[in-house]
Amino acid sequence: MEPLLKVRNIETYYGPVIAIKGISLDVEDGLIVAILGANGAGKTTILRTISGFIEPEKGTIEFMGRRIDGMKPDHVVKQGIAHIPEGREIFPDLTVGENLRMGAYTRKDRYNLTGDMDQVMGYFPVLRERWKQHAGFLSGGEQQMLAIGRALLARPKLLLMDEPSLGLSPILVRDIFEIIRRINREEGTTILLVEQNARAALTTAQYGYILEVGRVVMDDTAEELMENEDVKEFYLGIQKESIRGSRRWRRKKLWR
Amino acid sequence: MFLQQIASGLALGCVYALIALGFVLIYKATEVVNFAQGEFMMLGAFVALSLMTGAKLPFFLTIFLAVMIMGVFGMVLERMVMRRLVGEPIFALVMFTIGLSIFLRSIAGMVWSTDTFKFPTVFGKSFTQIGSVTISSMDILVVSITAALVIILYLFFKFTDIGIAMEATSQNQFASFLMGISVERVFNLIWAISAMVAAVAGILLAPILFIHKDMGFIGLKAFPAAVLGGFGSIPGAIVGGLIIGLSENLAGVFLPAWVKDVFAYIILIAVLMVRPEGIFGIQEKKRV
Repeated sequence: MEPLLKVRNIETYYGPVIAIKGISLDVEDGLIVAILGANGAGKTTILRTISGFIEPEKGTIEFMGRRIDGMKPDHVVKQGIAHIPEGREIFPDLTVGENLRMGAYTRKDRYNLTGDMDQVMGYFPVLRERWKQHAGFLSGGEQQMLAIGRALLARPKLLLMDEPSLGLSPILVRDIFEIIRRINREEGTTILLVEQNARAALTTAQYGYILEVGRVVMDDTAEELMENEDVKEFYLGIQKESIRGSRRWRRKKLWR
Repeated sequence: MFLQQIASGLALGCVYALIALGFVLIYKATEVVNFAQGEFMMLGAFVALSLMTGAKLPFFLTIFLAVMIMGVFGMVLERMVMRRLVGEPIFALVMFTIGLSIFLRSIAGMVWSTDTFKFPTVFGKSFTQIGSVTISSMDILVVSITAALVIILYLFFKFTDIGIAMEATSQNQFASFLMGISVERVFNLIWAISAMVAAVAGILLAPILFIHKDMGFIGLKAFPAAVLGGFGSIPGAIVGGLIIGLSENLAGVFLPAWVKDVFAYIILIAVLMVRPEGIFGIQEKKRV
């Protein structure tokens, strides 16, 4: 079966600096796919290239069989891709209700909007309590919930999530990932997730790509990745006696 | 006498408020300070004059048509020129609007000559007596049209999708794109609305002052009104405009004659020294 999203060999530059160099990835319909990698690996750049904020220098992006590379961001949204950016990017001086209403901006089918609003409130009951408040006054976790809810109201087929756990307490991180799983299960929304928190991401996703300085170095099912020795050591922080012993470099002699 | 001056100051203040509103709308959405706002107003007044004396249309039809024509003018200007400048340094854009204002003044001079025109008075010299105060019907019209316009704009920005989208764009352009809002369309509309508001201001000012190619300089008095209210705040523009209009009129009566013309700036400096962000301004919030 054709994957929902097909990225082939994209290269993106920030000015003269190459940010991602030839990345290909597939996102199958109905799955949660995670992209893992350290700071500066190019995770956010991939998402921004998909959603049209950065035009790739080379390569193609296909969504449901249609080329979307080079499309403007507001057109990409209309194709059925919603992007929840890093740092949430809510509208601080609009109320929670108005923020959610903006999420549904591209929708034509206004008649079942109330039902969808209720559904979002079902995932995030706190948003109903805060309905009339300015979004800028919400806590970080509530803002993340608002950002997710706002994206859901566009009824996307594909949800791009950039670091949903950023700056949240461990309990909130657990809650948010639980909701991500529920959204995927109950709405059938495909999710492409970018995370630094590898453990949370791999327990949530079914498939994962590992990114290092602009390249995909490994991709496999989430279970396989969790078992992989390198992933364990570098991303999950599980220490194991290696052949070289626990010390991996010679201690430097200090001359004083 | 005091109340009398308040009444006519209110009318003048309304006109300042409308021009300031034009500044604020464009600035809020696009971060461009449009120094040609006063010239938009001048153009609106001249278009109305031509429609009324040339085409001999009735007053309210004239207002409607002139406002529509200026709306189209704003849209075309944005589409043909401003859109090409998106992403250029703000400084370049501001310089452009200053150039535009000079250009529009010359054009108006060529089309309508450099003479001073008098707008045909609609109500003649009719007055309404309220207690000891006599108010001209024109002043009442100015205040009520301004009030109506402000209410319409409030409803528009609060309850329509595109209006909220404009608010959203002014708060976070990146996120607006993510919502599928066409930011270009928002900019286009905001230039149109600003030009329309300016046209209303011009038509309302015309019977109070005269129509002349340089009448746009009054925009320089509306500018302090916008800053006073907190550049970027719509209620601020209204209140700022009213304060400047009222105080200017009162200063004209109770203070030496030369004070009247600089009084707007005296207030501006005084307020900004106490409250640099303006009356309704919010201090720049650092987002985390």
